[in-house]
Amino acid sequence: MSVTPTVDSTVSEATPGDFLALLKPRVMSLVVFTALVGLVVAPGSIDPFTGFISILCIAIGAGASGALNMWFDADIDAIMRRTAKRPIPAGRIQPGEALAFGLVLAGFSVATLGVMVNWLSAAILAFTIFFYAVIYSMYLKRATPQNIVIGGAAGSFPPLLGWACATGTVGIEPVILFLIIFIWTPPHFWALALFACKDYGAAGIPMMPNVAGEASTKRQIFGYSLLLAPLGVVPALLGFASPVYGVLAAILGLNFLRHAWNTLRMADGDEQMTPAKRLFAFSILYLFAIFAGLLIDHIAAPFYPVLGG
Amino acid sequence: MADTDKEPERIQLTPQQQKARRKRSIAIALVLGGLVVLFYAYTIRYFGGIGQ
Repeated sequence: MSVTPTVDSTVSEATPGDFLALLKPRVMSLVVFTALVGLVVAPGSIDPFTGFISILCIAIGAGASGALNMWFDADIDAIMRRTAKRPIPAGRIQPGEALAFGLVLAGFSVATLGVMVNWLSAAILAFTIFFYAVIYSMYLKRATPQNIVIGGAAGSFPPLLGWACATGTVGIEPVILFLIIFIWTPPHFWALALFACKDYGAAGIPMMPNVAGEASTKRQIFGYSLLLAPLGVVPALLGFASPVYGVLAAILGLNFLRHAWNTLRMADGDEQMTPAKRLFAFSILYLFAIFAGLLIDHIAAPFYPVLGG
Repeated sequence: MADTDKEPERIQLTPQQQKARRKRSIAIALVLGGLVVLFYAYTIRYFGGIGQ
């Protein structure tokens, strides 16, 4: 019997790399790094195997949030230049595939963390995924210019999660680490929104510069920076980081303030927006340096007396 | 019977679709293999800990 094969254009051409892109690897790397710092600076010691499982589950959970976010935001991603090449708007992955992928990873990461590490961290991970995918992506992002202020909580949980994995509890120290990222988020994203606001406006996302104007956004960036600079030093003041870290955090905080001040003084209608671009770039360095500082400080602390510190 | 006379429907994958499917299959195999190792290691540790 003869069979006539036909070409089916609906069969997926998605590669593993496309599915990896759904996990937002760059965001995931920051999540892994801040969670690792929370895990390492927590009191007591966690065995390497449990530590590895913790970081793996937190990374996969963060990736699941990214996939669910890309599933829901495919319509606006298609409009914005920065996001138009993502796998769903580019047509390489069907929305249903991304949804299923995100849900399976979310379920697996939470259940594995609960069974193998502890249920407090699993509950926080589940809440984080829900907060980012449902509260932020489905509601806040399109509803209010305060979207990234409130939604920033989702990105602030990783160090608290790392701490909860290591200790099974949550204290004031991980809450401070949470607050550092929480207060850092608005100036970081609003600096980006200042020079990318046309893109956000075209997609109908109410980012602060589109709603309140450039001048108000610049004032609010400076206001949050005023809170962030001293907050970065608090770990040293509370005693869970050394004075060496405190000096580093103070220098970084003052530099953050300097960039925020330059952005505040930027002329309205400035097409280049160089100060805002510099603030955005420095904000990434700031967060990395603060958490790297905490990590190195914790590892080096036993050697300070030897070094004469 | 009339149904058996019908030609069964088959689709022909393009080379790109075949290549993508092969890559996905390998990735799924690696992930499943990794999960097996992970759960095996955890189980050995868990039951090892109970005996002590």
